[in-house]
Amino acid sequence: MSDSQRAVLMLEDGRAFSGDAYGAGGETFGEAVFATGMTGYQETLTDPSYARQVVVQTAPHIGNTGVNDEDPESRRMWVAGYVVRDPARRTSSWRATRSLDEELREQGIVGISGLDTRALTRHLRERGAMRCGIAPLDAADGLLDRILASEQMLGADLAPAVSTLEPYTVSPAGTPRLRVAALDLGIKWRTPARMAARGIEVTVHPATATAADLLASCPDGVFFSNGPGDPATADYAVQAACGVLDSGVPLFGICFGNQVLGRALGFGTYKLRYGHRGINQPVQDRATGKVAVTSHNHGFAVDAPLVRISETPYGRVEVSHVALNDQVVEGLRLLDRPAFSVQYHPEAAPGPHDADGLFDRFVELMDRSKAAAK
Amino acid sequence: MSPAGSHRIQGVESVLVIGSGPIIIGQACEFDYSGTQACRVLRQEGLRVILVNSNPATIMTDPEVADATYIEPITPEVVRQIIDRERPDALLATLGGQTALNVAVTLADTGVLEEFGVRLLGADIEAIRAGEDRQRFKAIVDALPAELGAESARSEIAHTMEECLAVAGHLGYPLVVRPSYTLGGKGGGIAYDETQLRTIAGGGLIASRGSQVLLEESILGWKEFELELMRDRADNVVVVCSIENVDPMGVHTGDSVTVAPAMTLTDREYQRMRDVAIAIMRAVGVDAGGCNIQFAVEPSTGRLVVIEMNPRVSRSSALASKATGFPIAKISAKLALGYTLDEIPNDITRVTPAAFEPSLDYVVVKVPRFTFEKFPGADHVLTTHMKSVGEAMAIGRNFGEALNKALRSLETPAAGFWTVPDDRLPNTEPDALQALRIPHEGRIYTVERALREGASVEQVCEASGMDPWFVDQVLALLEMRNELAAASGDLDVLRAAKRAGFSDRQVAAITGVSEGQARDTRHAAGIRPVFKTVDTCAAEFAAHTPYHYSTYDEETEVQPRERPAVIVLGSGPNRIGQGIEFDYACCHAAFALSEAGYETIIVNCNPETVSTDYDTSDRLYFEPLTVEDVLEIVDAERAAGPLAGVVVQLGGQTPLGLAAALERAGVPIVGTTPDAIHLAEDRREFGKVLESVCLLAPRYGTAFSYEEARAVAAEIGYPVLVRPSYVLGGRGMEIVYDESSLEAYVSRATSASSEHPVLVDRFLDDAVEIDVDAIFDGDELYLAGVMEHIEEAGIHSGDSACALPPITLGKADLIRIRNATEDIARGVGVQGLVNVQYALQADVLYVLEANPRASRTVPFVAKATGIPVAKAAARVMLGASIAQLRTEGLLPAEGDGADMPFDSYICVKEAVLPFNRFTGVDTVLGPEMKSTGEVMGIDSGFGVAYAKSQSAAYGPLPTKGCVFVSLANRDKRAMIFPVKRLVDLGFEVIATEGTAQVLRRNGVAATVVPKHSEGLPGDAVAKILAGEIDLVINTPFGNGPRVDGYEIRSACVTSNTPCVTTMPGAAAAVQGIEALLRGELNVRSLQEWHADLEVSRNGKPSRG
Ligand SMILES: Nc1ncnc2c1ncn2[C@@H]1O[C@H](COP(=O)(O)OP(=O)(O)O)[C@@H](O)[C@H]1O
Ligand SMILES: Nc1ncnc2c1ncn2[C@@H]1O[C@H](COP(=O)(O)OP(=O)(O)O)[C@@H](O)[C@H]1O
Ligand SMILES: [Mg+2]
Ligand SMILES: [Mg+2]
Repeated sequence: MSDSQRAVLMLEDGRAFSGDAYGAGGETFGEAVFATGMTGYQETLTDPSYARQVVVQTAPHIGNTGVNDEDPESRRMWVAGYVVRDPARRTSSWRATRSLDEELREQGIVGISGLDTRALTRHLRERGAMRCGIAPLDAADGLLDRILASEQMLGADLAPAVSTLEPYTVSPAGTPRLRVAALDLGIKWRTPARMAARGIEVTVHPATATAADLLASCPDGVFFSNGPGDPATADYAVQAACGVLDSGVPLFGICFGNQVLGRALGFGTYKLRYGHRGINQPVQDRATGKVAVTSHNHGFAVDAPLVRISETPYGRVEVSHVALNDQVVEGLRLLDRPAFSVQYHPEAAPGPHDADGLFDRFVELMDRSKAAAK
Repeated sequence: MSPAGSHRIQGVESVLVIGSGPIIIGQACEFDYSGTQACRVLRQEGLRVILVNSNPATIMTDPEVADATYIEPITPEVVRQIIDRERPDALLATLGGQTALNVAVTLADTGVLEEFGVRLLGADIEAIRAGEDRQRFKAIVDALPAELGAESARSEIAHTMEECLAVAGHLGYPLVVRPSYTLGGKGGGIAYDETQLRTIAGGGLIASRGSQVLLEESILGWKEFELELMRDRADNVVVVCSIENVDPMGVHTGDSVTVAPAMTLTDREYQRMRDVAIAIMRAVGVDAGGCNIQFAVEPSTGRLVVIEMNPRVSRSSALASKATGFPIAKISAKLALGYTLDEIPNDITRVTPAAFEPSLDYVVVKVPRFTFEKFPGADHVLTTHMKSVGEAMAIGRNFGEALNKALRSLETPAAGFWTVPDDRLPNTEPDALQALRIPHEGRIYTVERALREGASVEQVCEASGMDPWFVDQVLALLEMRNELAAASGDLDVLRAAKRAGFSDRQVAAITGVSEGQARDTRHAAGIRPVFKTVDTCAAEFAAHTPYHYSTYDEETEVQPRERPAVIVLGSGPNRIGQGIEFDYACCHAAFALSEAGYETIIVNCNPETVSTDYDTSDRLYFEPLTVEDVLEIVDAERAAGPLAGVVVQLGGQTPLGLAAALERAGVPIVGTTPDAIHLAEDRREFGKVLESVCLLAPRYGTAFSYEEARAVAAEIGYPVLVRPSYVLGGRGMEIVYDESSLEAYVSRATSASSEHPVLVDRFLDDAVEIDVDAIFDGDELYLAGVMEHIEEAGIHSGDSACALPPITLGKADLIRIRNATEDIARGVGVQGLVNVQYALQADVLYVLEANPRASRTVPFVAKATGIPVAKAAARVMLGASIAQLRTEGLLPAEGDGADMPFDSYICVKEAVLPFNRFTGVDTVLGPEMKSTGEVMGIDSGFGVAYAKSQSAAYGPLPTKGCVFVSLANRDKRAMIFPVKRLVDLGFEVIATEGTAQVLRRNGVAATVVPKHSEGLPGDAVAKILAGEIDLVINTPFGNGPRVDGYEIRSACVTSNTPCVTTMPGAAAAVQGIEALLRGELNVRSLQEWHADLEVSRNGKPSRG
């Protein structure tokens, strides 16, 4: 391989890995994070929560099944950079319409391949997620300075940038039995689809929509989506959540939405050392003891006490779900109001469908509220 | 995660674990691995563990693994006796393969479990039935919610041949025949027409427990996948591993090249499969343990068909455990006790629970190992019933690397692509593309050849049905080869080739240098592998178990260490002649050396074994056993800390074959030196050793042509034993009685030439063969065991039954044998184990061969004598003296295996042969080994011990009914007494004319039946097939009747009729039958037998 096709990935602490240029050429910066899913790269690449992150895939072979038109989770790929060990030479899937390599080029995603992704992962595990840059080897002079000058994830407000600009509606087959307003902080397409499958009509609103906007059409429930960035910056969303809680309309939040609800309840959020990014994460429902294998993509978590019920401005709140690997808060439930949230992805995509039942829980909550209102 | 407040069940204090019995095709040492793990868990939980397993070569039957170990036949009757005697609270049957599951079902059906109040742990009977009964299982699949989008293949159940033919009428050909309650596809196959359907379904109806077969529409060529799942009582389910078959549907997964994780599924498809699998597991009701579910996917549409489920730990789950680091068997045992997945810690990370799904950051490839060369008449086409005898697994950072490593792990003549000329590949059909259409051993080599000869990926896919992604991966390797060939010397290309998994040997073959030169170049350029860790979590958490594999990447994870380390080289894939026995010895070495303070390191590539369990040794390297791979490990470990040495004596011929090269590279070999090994292995050198100590070997000569062979034979006298000089394991050996057969042999079986001479040995007729295992420390000899073969010399020691203590040898013989063994050990320079085979003919002792290594019989000897022979040997190899070990108590204070007490119990080892897998192969025994496994029978007298061994190996000996006798002339004299005895015992005897005549003249009434070749109705073959015969005694002879004999023996295989093919075997069988008729078959645990032995040895119990 000629030098012009060689590339380098450098971390902000100075550790560098050389590899081959992959995807689009050029230079890119972002927060280096690793994702351990063995399937679902197309969903990962198009998950808005990965905005501004350089994703390291721990699974070595990426791209084997190419790219198709059914699996994207949003209108484009969001990752800031893509790191894989062995990109596919050939696509094999009856659903594939083009190769991943082509798609990365087309969407301008800068990548690097052929490097020791396990060494990189271990480094991030020990030192924590950090900024990095990928650049052509022959244009890597001063790269570290440029990395250090790039934006931090801590304090980054990214949801508005990935969100829809205009509201849109996803309708179920047949007449809707419930209507939900969803706040798009970086929502994945599978989320409204999973709700629509239950007869819910979902109207997706831009990230900066207010509680009034969300409640304007008198929905049966409000949904707060996942999304990128530091939840500490998303005051607009926190305000919207407060407004929804005040209204008494059932609320369901996932991922970023869980952090937003947490903040609305007065809890803090903090950055995990290297986050949870994978589709094999065990989460226990503390009420039933049942364990679900779930899809995660979060670098921040809610700081709520595990052992006791907390008193909040919105009444009593319990930590309903916990990560079994590291005891991180994975879900909140309000005992006095119709609201709950989880830190992970019931819509999966990619990942196991174990948590799909949470949408049913949302439906029940809305049904109950509706019945009570009658 | 502590028992307090956990879900652990209460009220179970003792549990009976059923093992899987002898190693057979489709059921190998993976069940020793899983059973051993289970027993350990149960004991850690404070339960009394009662174990039954007839296989003495297992770790699980080591007396310290269970509280009461019954080395008894795994039949419902015997297990009932054990239950009656031990009164266990519970039964665990999901870790002993199909054998254990089937016995459990019978015990439930016959009310035994209820009678004794035994509770079934793991899967309940209903779940076992629902999973195993193909019809019920289909109904479950068909009843799944439609939105899951899974279906079963169109099929119908048949119970009789008429029903089979009717079904063929609706479904058409080809039809896939699948019997219930079997494994490894036993009794199944693909029928392309009615004749084939009659043969296959006929066998299937016999093989299946409930006499039913499933006839199914063929979905040949679809993609095949497997998922391994675990579920706990709280209904938490995890998928431990996905496995994709490179060979598509139609080739049994056990015979397919497989890869983990699945490579060609998107998340959407994979999750759908996962949803279906979980739904099935719930519907079937496996609620505390593991299961395996197989799927087929139509490549062009993604249509998903469920093939089958196994509601138990399986071969695939052993593979999945090794592939992911997730110990399925151990966790299954805990789940069976009621623990939930979140209550069980992940050993590897220590901080996370077992309730998760492993994520792999590497690729695992498994390749099957076949031994068709041993069964020349067998059908070599791969189909839905399994034919491979072993497998190798390899781990790499990409598919190409893992595939290359796996292929060289197999120890076949071809050690990966391009290492042998095309004419020595497993398939040499000129048109490679055409050859791909019929599945065969080593088809991946044919893929490469087809591509190299210009076929496109599409053409290869079309012919083989393999997914283009895999074919393209092979193409990538081929392109790499071409690049390397064009640019030899370019270090970047070399580096890339190493990253693609090319061995030095491959590089050498491509670039036209020697392997050593290739290695030197590579080392000079600093191109060295690193070692990564199998950690279940793709590095998300730190791993505490050093379970490593090599790859060409940047960072190594081998940790420095302080204590001196010993590397034990394992035995690689199972094959006939080298199986679980050697793994047993390696594990014992690791245990003993660890107790003695060493850091133990195992290198092996066989996923079925206990040795490749990450907690058998301190460090595990899952690597091919080649000089290159071992040297890299040695270097890495030398850099990590002090290295005491490498053990090559315990893993059979595999590591022994590496010894010389390792020593040349400066690796310290402990125990017997490579020079001494050479003395024992080289015919001429060994001859000199024998001469110097005045021992006899059969006379022999070497011939480079037929004329020379004839001259040699004339000189030493007929019969002679002939063999090609370059093969091992008795390959191609034949007994030749006259000149014309000699000529035929030389022209047929060998191409005698200056390179490949033929060895001609005097064949010792009517000799008693004796096997001896001993440990020698340079000074003292510990004679571990003397085994007398039941069958005469000429039947390979591995296929012959044998007794310990020897049943007819006197004190004087034993003294002679002990002296001879000591002289040989000293003459060769053994330090550690030595195995010597003798033949005693007319009171003259001949030495047949000496193997300066652990032998197949070491575990049997250890079980029979109650002495940890392999442990002691490992210590001796590292410098301990026998005297010292006697003081430590590892060996008895005085005496040894040769002076078993006068009143000692008798142990009989019987070999288990795979003939029912290879229809068309003659079942006669000879000097070439054919058995896959062994069993042991133990009792106070020979008759019962022998009867038990037969029952364990082939099913109980008959105690009444009809015996059919047809013998070679030379055996007719020896037959009279045993056959007369059978008549006295109430058997009816029928015989072919000549045999009947001899019998009648000696006062034994025998009915004459026509020979098969006479073409008359009611001949013996027809009677056997009709199930009218209960025992067949048939010894092979000459050329004419040989045809008849062949038909008789094949009929026995088809109809599952006991068939004895030697006179000593017949005599032993008669003794066994007598014992059974006396009603003496009782059960007793090994621990009790050993305690007796201890008392007779010392007058008091001393150890343990
Ligand atoms: N309908 C079918 N068409 C083609 N091949 C089949 C079909 N059913 C099974 N097979 C093949 O036969 C093999 C053995 O069948 P399986 O039901 O798994 O039996 P076993 O219990 O012996 O594992 C499978 O691995 C698959 O390759
Ligand atoms: N000279 C002989 N006379 C009779 N039988 C022999 C003789 N040599 C070998 N055998 C028989 O052949 C078998 C295999 O021969 P052996 O040399 O032990 O080969 P392997 O290396 O396969 O163990 C022996 O177990 C024995 O039964
Ligand atoms: Mg199967
Ligand atoms: Mg031998």
